[in-house]
Amino acid sequence: MKTIECDVVVVGAGPAGLAAAEAARLAGAERVLIVERDTRAGGILQQCIHPGFGLKMFGEELTGPEYAGRYQERADKAGVELMTCTTALELRDRELVCANSDGILNVRFGALVLAMGCRERTRANLVIPGARPSGIYTAGTAQKLINLYGDKVGREIVILGSGDIGMIMARRLTLEGAHVKAVVELLPFLAGLTRNKVQCLDDFGIPLLLSHTVIDIDGVDRLTSVTIAPVDEKRRPILDKAEKIPCDTLLLSVGLIPENELSRTGGIALSPITRGPLVNQFKQTSNPAVFACGNVLHVNDLVDHVSVESAEAGRCAALFAANRLPSASAFSTVAGPGIRYVCPQTVVADGGADVTLFFRTLVPGRRTVLRCVSGGKELARKTCIRTSPGTMESLVIPKDAVAALNDSIEVSCEHGEVLA
Amino acid sequence: MLRTDILIIGAGAVGTALARELSKFKVKVLVCDKNDDVGGDASKSCSGLTSTSATMPVGTLECKIRTISHTMVDVLCRDLDIPIIHCGSIAPVLTDDQMAQVPKLLDRAWQNGVWDYEFLPREEILEMEPTLNPEIKGGIYSPRDSQINQFLMVVAEAENAAENGVEFMLDCEVTGIETEDGRIRRVITTKGEIEAGWVVNAAGLHCDEIAKMVGECDFTVHPRKGEFYVLGHDTPVKVKHIISSVPTPKTRGVLVIPTTDDNLIVGPTADDVEDKTDRKTTRDGLEEVRTKALEMVPGLCFGDTITQFVGARPARVPEGYNILVSEKAKGYVGISGIRSTGLTASMALAKYIVHEMQGAGLALERKVGWIRTRRGIVKFAGKSDAEKDALIAQNPLYGKIVCRCEQVTEAEIVQAIRRPVGARTLDAVKRRVRAGMGRCQSGFCGPQVIAIIARELGVSEYDVRKRGVAAYMLDRGGK
Repeated sequence: MKTIECDVVVVGAGPAGLAAAEAARLAGAERVLIVERDTRAGGILQQCIHPGFGLKMFGEELTGPEYAGRYQERADKAGVELMTCTTALELRDRELVCANSDGILNVRFGALVLAMGCRERTRANLVIPGARPSGIYTAGTAQKLINLYGDKVGREIVILGSGDIGMIMARRLTLEGAHVKAVVELLPFLAGLTRNKVQCLDDFGIPLLLSHTVIDIDGVDRLTSVTIAPVDEKRRPILDKAEKIPCDTLLLSVGLIPENELSRTGGIALSPITRGPLVNQFKQTSNPAVFACGNVLHVNDLVDHVSVESAEAGRCAALFAANRLPSASAFSTVAGPGIRYVCPQTVVADGGADVTLFFRTLVPGRRTVLRCVSGGKELARKTCIRTSPGTMESLVIPKDAVAALNDSIEVSCEHGEVLA
Repeated sequence: MLRTDILIIGAGAVGTALARELSKFKVKVLVCDKNDDVGGDASKSCSGLTSTSATMPVGTLECKIRTISHTMVDVLCRDLDIPIIHCGSIAPVLTDDQMAQVPKLLDRAWQNGVWDYEFLPREEILEMEPTLNPEIKGGIYSPRDSQINQFLMVVAEAENAAENGVEFMLDCEVTGIETEDGRIRRVITTKGEIEAGWVVNAAGLHCDEIAKMVGECDFTVHPRKGEFYVLGHDTPVKVKHIISSVPTPKTRGVLVIPTTDDNLIVGPTADDVEDKTDRKTTRDGLEEVRTKALEMVPGLCFGDTITQFVGARPARVPEGYNILVSEKAKGYVGISGIRSTGLTASMALAKYIVHEMQGAGLALERKVGWIRTRRGIVKFAGKSDAEKDALIAQNPLYGKIVCRCEQVTEAEIVQAIRRPVGARTLDAVKRRVRAGMGRCQSGFCGPQVIAIIARELGVSEYDVRKRGVAAYMLDRGGK
């Protein structure tokens, strides 16, 4: 058993971990170590070989591996240590227990950044009845098999859920010669980004069936068909309109869940809504030495946002390790009318920097006014041509207003016109 | 042609227990099964409950065998390193009708020799199991009901039998049995012909099809489907005891069971169906399980479900355990009517079958050097830091965690494949070492496990199956 000490340890070398580690070094942390279970850095971006990354961050369109490559170079240059093939097993107070083929490694830290990302919701989470044949994959698993392992998963495909990965996989499978028969979405509106519908479904003539769901699955060995049905306004399937679709593969793109099992071992308080840690604007969790960023905190739609948020987490972790993170009274953020959640969940009244609140709306709409109010005073407002729950929204509270906080902050949304 | 003294058809709980029992003697034993793995059909997908005979029909062969067998479970678990938890069971009494049943149930249990089957008042039951519905009127406590790891029980028996010389032929379906002069001669299978002196039909749900091949079928078998939920480790409301409905003549009803791996199994339904391949969960069935379970344990969080599955118990008509030593086709032994009680009953049943075969002329001479014990694969999860460190020092593959959800290492997966009667499919790996049995349901480790199976078996990844004959994981391009 070995023990090492570092100022900041980061769990996960995906985009969040890389950005956090680089920022921690740049903020003065001497020894910054990333622990990564995979054989190399990059996280889920390794398998995202499609373009569309980095438009906000770099002003150009990169593939996932290219985007991760840039951040890996930056982390390298900043002097971050990367330990691959190493799994974090347990978080204790100021100590992270890891395993790799050399044995058990205890990492003592001044601050720790959780950056483990998320996992996909499964069929069981949705309780789709039917048989349990092979040929049912979550979209990300299929993406990994195709893009990293070079395997073919199937040829007649139905995709449940209009999440981004599902739509991207609809296009990917079409390019691989498979026949994507339909993308089926329970909700009356798209779950992912509109640009993905245009580029991945519309351009390839793949039908999107909104307000539909899969109600049965057949196949003794390999999948042979799924049965889909439209749903009423209460999302109950209309059984007499059910239709059986022969297929050999069903992909599920039905949502992501922050992967917080390690956080739980450390007793970190989690939000029941985001299923990520409760944090303040420094991304500091209920354990002041532990920070969280990226999809482990809340599920993002754009990696560019992840990079920004994670750099902030890394910087604050470095300050904490050096006893330089400011402290002041904290005020909660509240998801007001039309808002599903707000992250961070608290804001510390420290005027060192502007604070960006990230949040998701409940239903899609046009001419949407987004506002953030505290103690009867409006702190930020913007009007959007269009908003949807699939797109993360944000508002920036100026630092002077942050310093002057004396009440909770409510974020609300008012649509000029509600869509669907 | 393959030759064997005894051929056992079916590698479920009964077939493997019998194989292990016979491995004590100087006879050649071969077990074939049409599935890709031992564990059969019903055995691997049952609730894993091993209970006393309190609720058994009085005076039946089933009751007798199971009563004896239940006393043998602990020694089997000790000898073969099978996980078991002695949690006891509670049947909460919720209605006046159920209350009216209680004296009859206690009387039957008494007649069956289960004298510690007791009715306890509400307060005492709620103190033992605070998660129960506070509106209960009391409950029946059965302290010797236990929960065994049903996957590892069959695997352990098969491994031990194999170590003692029994051969297993999996993916091997029996298609015909030939007799000559009123004696069994050979068995035709999808893997060739096997000459056998004795054939034991332990084919469970399919035992009627085998029985027909020798003209000894005066019964039918159909699946009694049971739908189950499995809840994850992190679910906030857990039970300490097996919670069971007040039994009816047909079934013990819906159960809430704490497993040996700290999950909860909730189910089953009991629906008689015709199609023997039907393993489909249904909206109604799952809803029935949910409703009935919530009546007993209102706090259960079905949002924490990690999977749902169907078990198919073989339902014989007419019912009852039946061990037939054939006169018409000498050498044929038909076992039928072994329903959900078979997991508990299998050890004594194996002895009973051997006894019957000896009575019909099978000469058995005890082997010297029979190996009584078997050790399970050492798990990484749940060990102390120092123990984990020592495991990795012994075998660095213990430092490679493949299944993050259950913390299963490559070392464990490789052992699952390499052991006697080893795993060859994803589901077989999952049942042995739990890779893929956690919250992500193999989303993360699936591709890696496919690669490890392919590497260890020396086959292409395209030949790797989830289970069964043709449940291939990848698109084989028309192969």
